[in-house]
Amino acid sequence: MENKRASALFTFVALSILAFVFLIPIGLVVMNSFKSRLYISSQPFAFPSSETFAGFGNYINGLTSSGFAAAFGRSVFITVFSVLLIVVCASMTAWYIVRANSAVTKLLYYLFVFSMIVPFQMVMYTMTYVVNKLNFDNLIGIVFVYLGFGSGLSVFMFSGFVKSIPLEIEEAATIDGCSPLQTFFRIVFPVLKPTAITVSILNAMWIWNDYLLPYLVLGTDDKTVPVAIQIAMQGAYGATDYGGFMAMLVLAIIPIVIFYAVSQKYIIKGVIAGAVKG
Amino acid sequence: MRKSLSRYFPVFVLPTLAAFTIAFAVPFVMGIYLSFTKFTTITNAQWVGIDNYVKAFTYDGDFVHALWFTALFTVVSVVTVNVFAFILALLLTRGIRGTNFFRSVFFMPNLIGGIVLGYIWNLLINGVLSYSGTDLTYKAEYGFWGLVLLTNWQLIGYMMVIYIAGLQNIPDSLSEAASIDGASPFKTLIRIKIPMVMASITICTFLTLTNSFKMFDQNLALTAGLPEKETEMLALNIYNTFYGRSGWQGIGQAKAVMFFIIVAAIAFIQLKITKSREVEQ
Repeated sequence: MENKRASALFTFVALSILAFVFLIPIGLVVMNSFKSRLYISSQPFAFPSSETFAGFGNYINGLTSSGFAAAFGRSVFITVFSVLLIVVCASMTAWYIVRANSAVTKLLYYLFVFSMIVPFQMVMYTMTYVVNKLNFDNLIGIVFVYLGFGSGLSVFMFSGFVKSIPLEIEEAATIDGCSPLQTFFRIVFPVLKPTAITVSILNAMWIWNDYLLPYLVLGTDDKTVPVAIQIAMQGAYGATDYGGFMAMLVLAIIPIVIFYAVSQKYIIKGVIAGAVKG
Repeated sequence: MRKSLSRYFPVFVLPTLAAFTIAFAVPFVMGIYLSFTKFTTITNAQWVGIDNYVKAFTYDGDFVHALWFTALFTVVSVVTVNVFAFILALLLTRGIRGTNFFRSVFFMPNLIGGIVLGYIWNLLINGVLSYSGTDLTYKAEYGFWGLVLLTNWQLIGYMMVIYIAGLQNIPDSLSEAASIDGASPFKTLIRIKIPMVMASITICTFLTLTNSFKMFDQNLALTAGLPEKETEMLALNIYNTFYGRSGWQGIGQAKAVMFFIIVAAIAFIQLKITKSREVEQ
Protein backbone atom coordinates (compact mmCIF):
# COMPACT_ATOMS: atom_id res chain seq x y z
CA MET A 1 0.00 0.00 0.00
CA GLU A 2 2.78 2.33 1.02
CA ASN A 3 4.53 1.47 -2.20
CA LYS A 4 1.45 2.20 -4.28
CA ARG A 5 1.00 5.61 -2.73
CA ALA A 6 4.62 6.49 -3.37
CA SER A 7 4.36 5.51 -7.01
CA ALA A 8 1.14 7.53 -7.41
CA LEU A 9 2.91 10.55 -5.94
CA PHE A 10 5.87 10.01 -8.25
CA THR A 11 3.55 9.81 -11.28
CA PHE A 12 1.78 12.97 -10.17
CA VAL A 13 5.04 14.89 -9.85
CA ALA A 14 6.37 13.59 -13.17
CA LEU A 15 3.14 14.54 -14.97
CA SER A 16 3.15 17.99 -13.35
CA ILE A 17 6.66 18.65 -14.64
CA LEU A 18 5.70 17.40 -18.09
CA ALA A 19 2.56 19.56 -18.11
CA PHE A 20 4.73 22.54 -17.26
CA VAL A 21 7.11 21.68 -20.13
CA PHE A 22 4.11 21.39 -22.46
CA LEU A 23 3.00 24.90 -21.55
CA ILE A 24 6.44 26.48 -21.99
CA PRO A 25 6.11 27.24 -25.74
CA ILE A 26 2.83 29.10 -25.26
CA GLY A 27 4.06 30.80 -22.09
CA LEU A 28 7.15 31.96 -23.93
CA VAL A 29 5.10 33.64 -26.67
CA VAL A 30 2.77 35.28 -24.14
CA MET A 31 5.75 36.56 -22.15
CA ASN A 32 7.49 37.97 -25.20
CA SER A 33 4.32 39.65 -26.40
CA PHE A 34 4.72 42.05 -23.46
CA LYS A 35 8.33 42.92 -24.23
CA SER A 36 9.41 45.72 -26.49
CA ARG A 37 10.38 44.46 -29.94
CA LEU A 38 14.13 44.97 -29.64
CA TYR A 39 14.43 42.53 -26.74
CA ILE A 40 12.56 39.60 -28.25
CA SER A 41 14.99 37.94 -30.63
CA SER A 42 18.03 38.91 -28.56
CA GLN A 43 16.80 37.65 -25.16
CA PRO A 44 13.75 35.44 -25.73
CA PHE A 45 13.97 33.74 -22.33
CA ALA A 46 14.35 36.85 -20.18
CA PHE A 47 11.29 37.97 -18.23
CA PRO A 48 10.09 41.47 -19.06
CA SER A 49 11.84 43.98 -16.83
CA SER A 50 10.94 47.60 -16.19
CA GLU A 51 13.23 48.46 -19.08
CA THR A 52 11.89 45.95 -21.60
CA PHE A 53 8.19 45.87 -20.59
CA ALA A 54 5.99 47.18 -23.39
CA GLY A 55 2.53 46.88 -21.82
CA PHE A 56 -0.14 46.36 -24.43
CA GLY A 57 1.81 48.36 -27.00
CA ASN A 58 2.54 45.27 -29.09
CA TYR A 59 -1.13 44.34 -29.13
CA ILE A 60 -2.08 47.78 -30.37
CA ASN A 61 0.62 47.63 -33.05
CA GLY A 62 -0.26 44.08 -34.06
CA LEU A 63 -3.96 44.85 -34.34
CA THR A 64 -3.69 48.11 -36.20
CA SER A 65 -0.62 48.15 -38.41
CA SER A 66 -1.07 45.11 -40.60
CA GLY A 67 -4.82 44.76 -40.89
CA PHE A 68 -4.86 41.97 -38.36
CA ALA A 69 -8.20 43.04 -36.89
CA ALA A 70 -9.82 42.79 -40.32
CA ALA A 71 -8.17 39.40 -40.85
CA PHE A 72 -9.65 38.26 -37.56
CA GLY A 73 -13.12 39.31 -38.66
CA ARG A 74 -12.70 37.54 -41.99
CA SER A 75 -11.59 34.31 -40.31
CA VAL A 76 -14.63 34.41 -38.02
CA PHE A 77 -16.96 35.06 -40.96
CA ILE A 78 -15.50 32.28 -43.13
CA THR A 79 -15.36 29.73 -40.30
CA VAL A 80 -18.91 30.36 -39.02
CA PHE A 81 -20.66 30.38 -42.38
CA SER A 82 -18.67 27.49 -43.84
CA VAL A 83 -19.43 25.31 -40.84
CA LEU A 84 -23.15 26.20 -40.94
CA LEU A 85 -23.36 25.50 -44.66
CA ILE A 86 -21.43 22.23 -44.36
CA VAL A 87 -23.62 20.94 -41.50
CA VAL A 88 -26.90 21.73 -43.27
CA CYS A 89 -25.93 20.66 -46.80
CA ALA A 90 -23.87 17.60 -45.91
CA SER A 91 -26.51 16.20 -43.54
CA MET A 92 -29.21 16.66 -46.19
CA THR A 93 -27.06 14.98 -48.81
CA ALA A 94 -26.12 12.13 -46.50
CA TRP A 95 -29.75 11.48 -45.60
CA TYR A 96 -30.78 11.48 -49.26
CA ILE A 97 -27.91 9.15 -50.20
CA VAL A 98 -28.84 6.61 -47.52
CA ARG A 99 -32.61 6.77 -48.02
CA ALA A 100 -32.69 6.85 -51.82
CA ASN A 101 -30.17 3.98 -51.91
CA SER A 102 -29.90 3.90 -55.71
CA ALA A 103 -26.93 3.22 -57.97
CA VAL A 104 -26.43 6.96 -58.45
CA THR A 105 -26.36 7.77 -54.76
CA LYS A 106 -24.02 4.85 -54.08
CA LEU A 107 -21.62 6.20 -56.67
CA LEU A 108 -21.88 9.66 -55.08
CA TYR A 109 -21.13 8.20 -51.68
CA TYR A 110 -17.94 6.54 -52.93
CA LEU A 111 -16.87 9.78 -54.64
CA PHE A 112 -17.23 11.67 -51.35
CA VAL A 113 -15.29 9.02 -49.46
CA PHE A 114 -12.61 8.97 -52.15
CA SER A 115 -12.06 12.74 -51.85
CA MET A 116 -11.04 12.25 -48.20
CA ILE A 117 -7.77 10.57 -49.11
CA VAL A 118 -6.69 13.03 -51.81
CA PRO A 119 -4.05 15.46 -50.52
CA PHE A 120 -4.71 19.15 -51.12
CA GLN A 121 -1.56 19.57 -53.27
CA MET A 122 -3.14 17.30 -55.89
CA VAL A 123 -5.91 19.78 -56.67
CA MET A 124 -4.62 23.11 -55.38
CA TYR A 125 -3.38 24.53 -58.68
CA THR A 126 -6.35 23.53 -60.82
CA MET A 127 -8.82 24.40 -58.04
CA THR A 128 -7.40 27.92 -57.84
CA TYR A 129 -7.81 28.23 -61.60
CA VAL A 130 -11.44 27.03 -61.61
CA VAL A 131 -12.35 29.21 -58.62
CA ASN A 132 -10.84 32.29 -60.24
CA LYS A 133 -12.60 31.63 -63.55
CA LEU A 134 -15.96 31.37 -61.76
CA ASN A 135 -15.29 34.51 -59.68
CA PHE A 136 -15.47 32.55 -56.46
CA ASP A 137 -12.29 34.20 -55.20
CA ASN A 138 -14.06 36.24 -52.52
CA LEU A 139 -15.45 35.83 -49.01
CA ILE A 140 -18.77 34.38 -50.20
CA GLY A 141 -17.15 32.13 -52.79
CA ILE A 142 -14.66 30.62 -50.38
CA VAL A 143 -17.52 29.47 -48.12
CA PHE A 144 -18.81 27.47 -51.09
CA VAL A 145 -15.30 26.11 -51.76
CA TYR A 146 -15.09 24.95 -48.15
CA LEU A 147 -18.42 23.15 -48.60
CA GLY A 148 -16.85 21.31 -51.51
CA PHE A 149 -13.73 20.28 -49.61
CA GLY A 150 -15.50 19.61 -46.32
CA SER A 151 -18.31 17.53 -47.81
CA GLY A 152 -16.23 14.33 -48.05
CA LEU A 153 -15.69 13.70 -44.34
CA SER A 154 -18.99 15.32 -43.35
CA VAL A 155 -21.22 13.30 -45.71
CA PHE A 156 -19.33 10.18 -44.64
CA MET A 157 -19.91 10.84 -40.93
CA PHE A 158 -23.59 11.81 -41.32
CA SER A 159 -24.27 8.76 -43.50
CA GLY A 160 -22.89 6.46 -40.83
CA PHE A 161 -25.34 7.91 -38.33
CA VAL A 162 -28.37 8.05 -40.64
CA LYS A 163 -28.00 4.30 -41.30
CA SER A 164 -28.61 3.66 -37.60
CA ILE A 165 -31.88 5.64 -37.46
CA PRO A 166 -34.95 3.36 -37.71
CA LEU A 167 -37.06 4.01 -40.78
CA GLU A 168 -40.43 3.65 -39.04
CA ILE A 169 -40.56 7.17 -37.62
CA GLU A 170 -39.90 8.72 -41.00
CA GLU A 171 -42.50 6.50 -42.66
CA ALA A 172 -45.07 7.54 -40.08
CA ALA A 173 -44.28 11.18 -40.81
CA THR A 174 -44.69 10.59 -44.55
CA ILE A 175 -48.07 8.93 -44.00
CA ASP A 176 -49.09 11.92 -41.90
CA GLY A 177 -48.44 14.06 -44.97
CA CYS A 178 -44.96 15.41 -44.30
CA SER A 179 -42.87 16.20 -47.37
CA PRO A 180 -39.28 14.90 -47.41
CA LEU A 181 -38.08 18.39 -46.44
CA GLN A 182 -40.41 18.55 -43.44
CA THR A 183 -39.50 14.99 -42.46
CA PHE A 184 -35.82 15.82 -42.61
CA PHE A 185 -35.85 19.08 -40.66
CA ARG A 186 -38.54 18.18 -38.10
CA ILE A 187 -37.65 14.57 -37.42
CA VAL A 188 -34.26 13.52 -38.76
CA PHE A 189 -32.13 16.60 -38.13
CA PRO A 190 -32.82 16.80 -34.37
CA VAL A 191 -31.74 13.17 -34.05
CA LEU A 192 -28.51 13.94 -35.92
CA LYS A 193 -27.47 16.53 -33.35
CA PRO A 194 -24.53 14.61 -31.80
CA THR A 195 -23.00 14.01 -35.22
CA ALA A 196 -23.71 17.61 -36.19
CA ILE A 197 -21.68 18.77 -33.17
CA THR A 198 -18.79 16.48 -34.08
CA VAL A 199 -18.84 17.58 -37.72
CA SER A 200 -18.98 21.26 -36.67
CA ILE A 201 -15.99 20.94 -34.37
CA LEU A 202 -13.82 19.06 -36.85
CA ASN A 203 -14.60 21.52 -39.64
CA ALA A 204 -14.25 24.62 -37.43
CA MET A 205 -10.77 23.54 -36.28
CA TRP A 206 -9.70 22.84 -39.85
CA ILE A 207 -11.09 26.04 -41.40
CA TRP A 208 -9.95 28.41 -38.64
CA ASN A 209 -6.37 27.12 -38.90
CA ASP A 210 -6.25 26.61 -42.67
CA TYR A 211 -3.51 28.55 -44.41
CA LEU A 212 -2.94 27.41 -47.98
CA LEU A 213 -6.51 27.38 -49.29
CA PRO A 214 -7.41 30.95 -48.28
CA TYR A 215 -3.96 32.12 -49.39
CA LEU A 216 -4.48 30.67 -52.88
CA VAL A 217 -8.16 31.62 -53.23
CA LEU A 218 -8.26 35.06 -51.58
CA GLY A 219 -4.63 36.10 -51.98
CA THR A 220 -2.99 38.66 -49.74
CA ASP A 221 -5.64 41.39 -50.00
CA ASP A 222 -8.33 39.49 -48.12
CA LYS A 223 -6.09 37.72 -45.66
CA THR A 224 -7.31 35.42 -42.90
CA VAL A 225 -5.51 35.04 -39.55
CA PRO A 226 -3.02 32.32 -40.62
CA VAL A 227 -2.29 34.19 -43.87
CA ALA A 228 -1.78 37.46 -42.00
CA ILE A 229 0.68 35.76 -39.66
CA GLN A 230 2.64 34.17 -42.48
CA ILE A 231 2.80 37.47 -44.38
CA ALA A 232 3.80 39.48 -41.31
CA MET A 233 6.80 37.19 -40.96
CA GLN A 234 7.80 36.63 -44.58
CA GLY A 235 6.46 39.74 -46.27
CA ALA A 236 8.76 42.41 -44.89
CA TYR A 237 12.03 40.63 -44.41
CA GLY A 238 14.42 42.22 -41.95
CA ALA A 239 11.87 44.76 -40.85
CA THR A 240 9.56 42.36 -39.01
CA ASP A 241 7.97 43.90 -35.93
CA TYR A 242 8.60 41.02 -33.56
CA GLY A 243 6.54 42.61 -30.80
CA GLY A 244 3.46 42.95 -32.95
CA PHE A 245 4.11 39.47 -34.30
CA MET A 246 4.13 37.89 -30.81
CA ALA A 247 0.87 39.70 -30.05
CA MET A 248 -0.64 38.30 -33.26
CA LEU A 249 0.33 34.76 -32.27
CA VAL A 250 -1.32 35.22 -28.88
CA LEU A 251 -4.44 36.72 -30.48
CA ALA A 252 -4.64 33.78 -32.87
CA ILE A 253 -4.50 31.31 -29.98
CA ILE A 254 -6.98 33.06 -27.63
CA PRO A 255 -10.18 32.11 -29.53
CA ILE A 256 -8.99 28.50 -29.68
CA VAL A 257 -8.34 28.42 -25.92
CA ILE A 258 -11.78 29.92 -25.19
CA PHE A 259 -13.46 27.51 -27.61
CA TYR A 260 -11.59 24.66 -25.93
CA ALA A 261 -12.43 25.78 -22.39
CA VAL A 262 -16.14 26.05 -23.23
CA SER A 263 -16.60 22.83 -25.16
CA GLN A 264 -13.69 20.60 -24.16
CA LYS A 265 -15.90 17.58 -23.59
CA TYR A 266 -17.42 17.79 -27.07
CA ILE A 267 -14.09 18.51 -28.72
CA ILE A 268 -12.36 15.44 -27.31
CA LYS A 269 -15.37 13.25 -28.05
CA GLY A 270 -15.64 14.70 -31.55
CA VAL A 271 -11.98 14.22 -32.30
CA ILE A 272 -12.12 10.59 -31.19
CA ALA A 273 -15.26 9.96 -33.25
CA GLY A 274 -13.67 11.64 -36.28
CA ALA A 275 -10.48 9.62 -35.93
CA VAL A 276 -12.20 6.28 -35.49
CA LYS A 277 -14.47 6.81 -38.48
CA GLY A 278 -12.00 8.56 -40.72
CA MET B 1 -41.31 6.68 -51.00
CA ARG B 2 -38.38 6.38 -53.37
CA LYS B 3 -40.12 7.85 -56.35
CA SER B 4 -41.36 10.90 -54.49
CA LEU B 5 -37.92 11.31 -52.96
CA SER B 6 -36.11 11.58 -56.30
CA ARG B 7 -38.01 14.79 -57.04
CA TYR B 8 -36.13 16.31 -54.13
CA PHE B 9 -32.68 15.51 -55.50
CA PRO B 10 -32.03 19.17 -56.45
CA VAL B 11 -32.80 20.38 -52.92
CA PHE B 12 -30.97 17.72 -50.93
CA VAL B 13 -27.97 16.90 -53.08
CA LEU B 14 -27.38 19.56 -55.69
CA PRO B 15 -25.79 22.31 -53.51
CA THR B 16 -23.27 19.89 -52.02
CA LEU B 17 -22.64 18.19 -55.32
CA ALA B 18 -22.09 21.51 -57.14
CA ALA B 19 -19.57 22.68 -54.56
CA PHE B 20 -17.87 19.28 -54.58
CA THR B 21 -17.65 19.32 -58.38
CA ILE B 22 -16.19 22.81 -58.56
CA ALA B 23 -13.77 22.53 -55.65
CA PHE B 24 -12.72 18.92 -56.01
CA ALA B 25 -13.97 16.73 -58.87
CA VAL B 26 -13.19 19.00 -61.84
CA PRO B 27 -9.79 20.13 -60.46
CA PHE B 28 -8.90 16.49 -59.76
CA VAL B 29 -9.58 15.34 -63.32
CA MET B 30 -7.85 18.43 -64.75
CA GLY B 31 -4.89 17.73 -62.49
CA ILE B 32 -4.45 14.20 -63.81
CA TYR B 33 -4.59 15.45 -67.41
CA LEU B 34 -2.26 18.42 -66.82
CA SER B 35 0.39 16.19 -65.26
CA PHE B 36 0.99 14.88 -68.80
CA THR B 37 1.30 18.35 -70.32
CA LYS B 38 3.59 21.36 -70.34
CA PHE B 39 1.78 24.56 -69.40
CA THR B 40 2.07 27.94 -67.74
CA THR B 41 -1.54 29.10 -67.76
CA ILE B 42 -3.54 25.85 -68.25
CA THR B 43 -5.04 27.14 -71.54
CA ASN B 44 -1.69 26.65 -73.30
CA ALA B 45 -1.22 23.03 -72.17
CA GLN B 46 0.66 20.80 -74.62
CA TRP B 47 0.78 17.03 -74.35
CA VAL B 48 4.25 15.76 -73.39
CA GLY B 49 3.45 12.21 -72.22
CA ILE B 50 5.31 11.03 -69.15
CA ASP B 51 8.01 13.65 -69.60
CA ASN B 52 7.03 15.48 -66.38
CA TYR B 53 7.22 12.31 -64.34
CA VAL B 54 10.71 11.58 -65.61
CA LYS B 55 11.85 15.18 -65.09
CA ALA B 56 10.55 15.19 -61.51
CA PHE B 57 13.27 12.66 -60.69
CA THR B 58 16.02 13.58 -63.12
CA TYR B 59 16.03 17.38 -63.47
CA ASP B 60 17.32 18.06 -59.99
CA GLY B 61 17.64 15.98 -56.84
CA ASP B 62 15.16 18.08 -54.83
CA PHE B 63 12.15 15.80 -55.21
CA VAL B 64 14.03 12.63 -54.31
CA HIS B 65 15.66 14.41 -51.39
CA ALA B 66 12.28 15.68 -50.17
CA LEU B 67 10.88 12.17 -50.50
CA TRP B 68 13.61 10.67 -48.30
CA PHE B 69 13.52 13.54 -45.85
CA THR B 70 9.74 13.18 -45.51
CA ALA B 71 9.93 9.40 -45.18
CA LEU B 72 12.59 9.56 -42.46
CA PHE B 73 10.75 12.32 -40.64
CA THR B 74 7.52 10.31 -40.82
CA VAL B 75 9.10 7.14 -39.40
CA VAL B 76 10.75 9.00 -36.50
CA SER B 77 7.55 10.95 -35.75
CA VAL B 78 5.26 7.92 -35.86
CA VAL B 79 7.45 6.00 -33.43
CA THR B 80 8.12 8.83 -30.95
CA VAL B 81 4.57 10.25 -30.94
CA ASN B 82 2.94 6.85 -30.41
CA VAL B 83 5.36 5.66 -27.72
CA PHE B 84 5.02 8.87 -25.69
CA ALA B 85 1.26 9.06 -26.24
CA PHE B 86 0.80 5.47 -25.10
CA ILE B 87 2.91 5.97 -21.97
CA LEU B 88 0.92 9.09 -21.09
CA ALA B 89 -2.33 7.21 -21.67
CA LEU B 90 -1.19 4.44 -19.30
CA LEU B 91 -0.31 7.01 -16.62
CA LEU B 92 -3.60 8.85 -17.03
CA THR B 93 -5.78 5.75 -16.69
CA ARG B 94 -4.54 4.94 -13.18
CA GLY B 95 -7.00 7.26 -11.46
CA ILE B 96 -4.43 9.65 -10.02
CA ARG B 97 -5.29 13.17 -8.93
CA GLY B 98 -5.49 15.85 -11.61
CA THR B 99 -6.07 13.42 -14.49
CA ASN B 100 -8.53 15.74 -16.24
CA PHE B 101 -6.24 18.73 -15.93
CA PHE B 102 -3.27 16.84 -17.37
CA ARG B 103 -5.34 15.49 -20.22
CA SER B 104 -6.52 19.01 -21.10
CA VAL B 105 -3.00 20.41 -21.09
CA PHE B 106 -1.50 17.64 -23.22
CA PHE B 107 -4.32 17.79 -25.74
CA MET B 108 -4.47 21.56 -26.22
CA PRO B 109 -1.56 22.04 -28.70
CA ASN B 110 -3.50 19.91 -31.17
CA LEU B 111 -6.02 22.71 -31.63
CA ILE B 112 -3.43 25.27 -32.67
CA GLY B 113 -2.92 25.65 -36.40
CA GLY B 114 0.26 24.67 -38.22
CA ILE B 115 1.43 28.18 -39.11
CA VAL B 116 1.10 29.46 -35.53
CA LEU B 117 2.69 26.26 -34.18
CA GLY B 118 5.61 26.66 -36.55
CA TYR B 119 6.36 30.21 -35.44
CA ILE B 120 5.99 29.40 -31.74
CA TRP B 121 8.66 26.71 -32.10
CA ASN B 122 10.72 28.91 -34.35
CA LEU B 123 10.99 31.42 -31.48
CA LEU B 124 11.72 28.74 -28.89
CA ILE B 125 14.32 26.75 -30.84
CA ASN B 126 16.08 29.80 -32.23
CA GLY B 127 16.18 31.20 -28.69
CA VAL B 128 17.92 28.07 -27.44
CA LEU B 129 20.28 27.87 -30.42
CA SER B 130 21.26 31.53 -30.06
CA TYR B 131 23.35 30.52 -27.04
CA SER B 132 25.63 28.58 -29.38
CA GLY B 133 25.55 31.38 -31.96
CA THR B 134 23.53 29.41 -34.52
CA ASP B 135 19.90 29.14 -35.60
CA LEU B 136 17.45 26.69 -37.19
CA THR B 137 18.74 27.30 -40.71
CA TYR B 138 22.35 26.53 -39.76
CA LYS B 139 22.13 22.76 -40.32
CA ALA B 140 19.47 20.47 -41.80
CA GLU B 141 19.67 18.31 -38.67
CA TYR B 142 18.40 21.22 -36.58
CA GLY B 143 15.38 21.64 -38.82
CA PHE B 144 14.71 17.90 -38.84
CA TRP B 145 14.71 17.52 -35.07
CA GLY B 146 12.84 20.81 -34.72
CA LEU B 147 10.06 19.38 -36.89
CA VAL B 148 10.06 16.14 -34.88
CA LEU B 149 9.78 18.09 -31.60
CA LEU B 150 6.98 20.26 -32.95
CA THR B 151 5.08 17.24 -34.29
CA ASN B 152 5.42 15.47 -30.96
CA TRP B 153 4.11 18.51 -29.13
CA GLN B 154 1.18 18.77 -31.51
CA LEU B 155 0.14 15.14 -31.85
CA ILE B 156 0.98 13.42 -28.54
CA GLY B 157 -2.14 14.71 -26.79
CA TYR B 158 -4.39 13.78 -29.71
CA MET B 159 -3.10 10.19 -29.86
CA MET B 160 -3.10 9.99 -26.06
CA VAL B 161 -6.84 10.72 -26.02
CA ILE B 162 -7.48 7.89 -28.49
CA TYR B 163 -5.32 5.48 -26.46
CA ILE B 164 -7.12 6.47 -23.26
CA ALA B 165 -10.45 5.65 -24.91
CA GLY B 166 -9.03 2.28 -25.99
CA LEU B 167 -7.61 1.46 -22.55
CA GLN B 168 -10.87 2.38 -20.83
CA ASN B 169 -12.69 -0.11 -23.03
CA ILE B 170 -10.72 -3.02 -21.58
CA PRO B 171 -13.04 -4.80 -19.12
CA ASP B 172 -11.78 -4.54 -15.52
CA SER B 173 -12.32 -8.26 -15.07
CA LEU B 174 -9.46 -8.99 -17.48
CA SER B 175 -6.82 -7.03 -15.58
CA GLU B 176 -8.18 -8.32 -12.27
CA ALA B 177 -8.00 -11.91 -13.45
CA ALA B 178 -4.43 -11.33 -14.58
CA SER B 179 -3.34 -9.88 -11.24
CA ILE B 180 -5.05 -12.72 -9.34
CA ASP B 181 -3.10 -15.14 -11.52
CA GLY B 182 0.04 -13.36 -10.35
CA ALA B 183 0.93 -11.51 -13.57
CA SER B 184 3.36 -8.62 -13.07
CA PRO B 185 2.26 -5.15 -14.25
CA PHE B 186 4.70 -5.49 -17.16
CA LYS B 187 3.24 -8.82 -18.20
CA THR B 188 -0.29 -7.41 -17.95
CA LEU B 189 0.80 -4.62 -20.26
CA ILE B 190 2.35 -6.91 -22.87
CA ARG B 191 -0.16 -9.75 -22.75
CA ILE B 192 -3.42 -7.90 -22.10
CA LYS B 193 -3.35 -4.14 -22.52
CA ILE B 194 -1.42 -3.89 -25.78
CA PRO B 195 -3.33 -6.68 -27.58
CA MET B 196 -6.63 -5.18 -26.38
CA VAL B 197 -5.86 -1.73 -27.79
CA MET B 198 -4.57 -2.97 -31.16
CA ALA B 199 -7.44 -1.14 -32.89
CA SER B 200 -6.34 2.16 -31.29
CA ILE B 201 -2.73 1.49 -32.26
CA THR B 202 -3.75 1.00 -35.89
CA ILE B 203 -5.78 4.22 -35.91
CA CYS B 204 -3.05 6.27 -34.23
CA THR B 205 -0.32 4.90 -36.46
CA PHE B 206 -2.36 5.79 -39.51
CA LEU B 207 -3.20 9.29 -38.24
CA THR B 208 0.40 10.14 -37.34
CA LEU B 209 1.59 8.60 -40.60
CA THR B 210 -0.67 10.69 -42.84
CA ASN B 211 -0.33 13.83 -40.71
CA SER B 212 3.47 13.69 -40.82
CA PHE B 213 3.68 12.69 -44.46
CA LYS B 214 1.35 15.47 -45.67
CA MET B 215 2.81 18.17 -43.39
CA PHE B 216 3.01 21.60 -45.01
CA ASP B 217 2.16 24.57 -42.74
CA GLN B 218 4.58 23.60 -39.96
CA ASN B 219 7.37 23.01 -42.47
CA LEU B 220 6.77 26.40 -44.09
CA ALA B 221 6.67 28.30 -40.81
CA LEU B 222 9.51 26.53 -39.00
CA THR B 223 12.24 26.25 -41.64
CA ALA B 224 10.67 27.08 -45.03
CA GLY B 225 12.98 24.35 -46.37
CA LEU B 226 16.16 26.12 -45.30
CA PRO B 227 19.08 25.68 -45.48
CA GLU B 228 19.16 25.27 -49.28
CA LYS B 229 15.93 23.20 -49.53
CA GLU B 230 17.53 20.60 -47.28
CA THR B 231 14.56 20.53 -44.89
CA GLU B 232 11.96 20.78 -47.63
CA MET B 233 9.27 18.13 -47.26
CA LEU B 234 7.21 16.71 -50.14
CA ALA B 235 4.21 19.02 -49.86
CA LEU B 236 6.42 22.11 -49.72
CA ASN B 237 8.55 20.84 -52.61
CA ILE B 238 5.41 20.45 -54.74
CA TYR B 239 4.24 23.93 -53.76
CA ASN B 240 7.62 25.46 -54.64
CA THR B 241 7.70 23.64 -57.97
CA PHE B 242 4.27 25.07 -58.88
CA TYR B 243 4.76 28.61 -57.73
CA GLY B 244 8.52 29.01 -57.64
CA ARG B 245 9.46 28.47 -61.28
CA SER B 246 7.53 29.42 -64.38
CA GLY B 247 7.22 26.58 -66.88
CA TRP B 248 7.51 23.96 -64.13
CA GLN B 249 3.79 23.70 -63.40
CA GLY B 250 3.47 20.42 -65.31
CA ILE B 251 6.28 18.88 -63.29
CA GLY B 252 4.67 20.19 -60.11
CA GLN B 253 1.40 18.54 -61.10
CA ALA B 254 3.18 15.25 -61.88
CA LYS B 255 4.81 15.35 -58.44
CA ALA B 256 1.38 16.05 -56.92
CA VAL B 257 -0.09 12.99 -58.66
CA MET B 258 2.71 10.80 -57.31
CA PHE B 259 2.18 12.31 -53.86
CA PHE B 260 -1.51 11.42 -54.11
CA ILE B 261 -0.70 7.84 -55.15
CA ILE B 262 1.62 7.34 -52.17
CA VAL B 263 -0.95 8.76 -49.72
CA ALA B 264 -3.70 6.62 -51.29
CA ALA B 265 -1.50 3.53 -51.01
CA ILE B 266 -0.92 4.21 -47.31
CA ALA B 267 -4.67 4.64 -46.78
CA PHE B 268 -5.42 1.45 -48.71
CA ILE B 269 -2.95 -0.63 -46.68
CA GLN B 270 -4.39 0.85 -43.48
CA LEU B 271 -7.92 -0.13 -44.57
CA LYS B 272 -6.78 -3.71 -45.31
CA ILE B 273 -5.13 -4.03 -41.89
CA THR B 274 -8.18 -2.66 -40.09
CA LYS B 275 -10.49 -5.01 -41.99
CA SER B 276 -8.39 -8.08 -41.19
CA ARG B 277 -8.35 -7.08 -37.50
CA GLU B 278 -12.11 -6.78 -37.46
CA VAL B 279 -12.43 -10.37 -38.66
CA GLU B 280 -10.10 -11.58 -35.93
CA GLN B 281 -12.06 -10.04 -33.10
